[in-house]
Amino acid sequence: MTATTVDAVQDVAPPAARTRPAPAPTPFRRVLRVELRKMFDTRSGFWLMASIVITSVIATGLTIILGDRDTLTFEAFAAAIGSPMSIILPIIGVLAVTSEWSQRTALTTFTLVPHRSRVLGAKLVNTLAIGAVSMVVALGVGALGNLLTATISGVDTQWDISLSAFLQIVLANELGMLLGFALGLLFRSSPAAIVGYFVMNLVLPGLSGALGAAQQWWADNSGWFDPNESRFLLFDGGLGGQEWAQLAVTSALWIALPLLIGMRMVLRSEVK
Amino acid sequence: MITVESLSKSYGSFTAVDDVSFTARPGRVTGFLGPNGAGKSTTMRVMVGLTGPGTGEVRVLGRRFADLPDPGREVGVLLDASAQHAGRTGREILTIAGLTMGLPRTRVDEMLERVSLTPDEASRRVRNYSLGMRQRLGIGTALLGNPEVLILDEPANGLDPAGIRWMRDLLRDFADQGGTVLLSSHLLHEIEVIADDLVVIGNGRIVAQGTKDELLAGAGTLVRATDGAALAAALVAGGITARPTSGGAVLAEADLTRVGQAAFAAGIAVTELRAADGAGLEEMFLALTAESQRETVNHASTTEGAAA
Repeated sequence: MTATTVDAVQDVAPPAARTRPAPAPTPFRRVLRVELRKMFDTRSGFWLMASIVITSVIATGLTIILGDRDTLTFEAFAAAIGSPMSIILPIIGVLAVTSEWSQRTALTTFTLVPHRSRVLGAKLVNTLAIGAVSMVVALGVGALGNLLTATISGVDTQWDISLSAFLQIVLANELGMLLGFALGLLFRSSPAAIVGYFVMNLVLPGLSGALGAAQQWWADNSGWFDPNESRFLLFDGGLGGQEWAQLAVTSALWIALPLLIGMRMVLRSEVK
Repeated sequence: MITVESLSKSYGSFTAVDDVSFTARPGRVTGFLGPNGAGKSTTMRVMVGLTGPGTGEVRVLGRRFADLPDPGREVGVLLDASAQHAGRTGREILTIAGLTMGLPRTRVDEMLERVSLTPDEASRRVRNYSLGMRQRLGIGTALLGNPEVLILDEPANGLDPAGIRWMRDLLRDFADQGGTVLLSSHLLHEIEVIADDLVVIGNGRIVAQGTKDELLAGAGTLVRATDGAALAAALVAGGITARPTSGGAVLAEADLTRVGQAAFAAGIAVTELRAADGAGLEEMFLALTAESQRETVNHASTTEGAAA
């Protein structure tokens, strides 16, 4: 290559003088607030959040209309609301991450906050907070349904969900959100991460069951490897000491590990 | 102030940026010029930390970009006007950026006015924006934090002639107030009109850099007489490298005074005598980057001409 270099700029090299004092560092709470706003400020984001309330109300309504009102208990409402929640909440976890890439807003986000771990941390905190608030909202809607049923049928209301049972359901959903978040980091693509989530939740249990039927060792020990077995037990509140240990092991393997790998990938990846 | 020192970036065996060093100084508009795929965008992405550096170093206001405490208030960046959430309104996008920088809400309205987006346009979602409106919004985001440095990748794309004029004035003002502007373009005309300093890049390497005046002076003098061949011969006899082009015009590699005196000494009446800068930068650009052009020079020449 013929490089016709006109040397002109190099000889004048003034020191990198600042004409103004440096501003104060961006505090984390500002990042937190901005990331929270970004989850609500689009139509799709808003309706996804609204769908938490909407599906809770629909599920409660259907339970009252279709269920046997004389025997309905609080637990029936919780179960009815729980299934749409276990789908919506992980999707919120996925989209919290992937929307930055699908809409390429990561370019702006990471130039305004170059330390990507702060952005990811804010997203994670917000995701988990939304999960907890959603569960409280769902619980409230279910409680109203329970009261309404009692009024209609004249039967005494039955509050048969203990605090610890509720907390276990919250934990199960938060783990689902973390899994969605981790898959979002790994794939950085909304469709891929959402499909990945449903494969893990809907396909893997079937596979594990088939494997267990064919092989006794897997049937006895699958709880230590299957990402769903002990987590699904949380919804029924039937965990013994071994199940809790299995939950810890499978969560580390299927949630914490992908989360760490995904974080590392996002911190190093090229943003285009 | 932006300093780039020996920056290189490779993807496997492909070297996108190869030992690039230059300085963008305060009070000046630095044009970063090169054909598509020359490495301009990669260099700019490395500057703001979106792409990890290979070797070398970039400092903005004396710091690595990641070490700037609140980058939006010091460096305005626009790398791709299309990289905005299609489902957000223009106003919302500025609001988010303003919240990140901790700016008062009134700043958003000021900026919408500054980039000439009407309240009606600002409340539309970005998916309904033309590329020109996205550029205005992107420039608004970059200027929002009242930064000292602007880094803009192809900001003139999609702007209409009035918009290009507007942006040129805006960047001139910004530099005149002591700001540093680095803008890239593959449009020669745009850069020629606006830049004070030029950095020309081809195939990842810097092929020329300097002030615009110096680079244009290097392109020589255009002198015209009734008999161009005779004029060229007279200039060559006077020790000046010269070659006749069309219509009696001669391109001479010397300054105006020397060429004029040589013609006068030879007794040739000159009908035109000026710096060859009309065609200058374009010829220089095409010559300097001919080897790294993806298209043939002829093709590139027509497209550049049409675009400019």
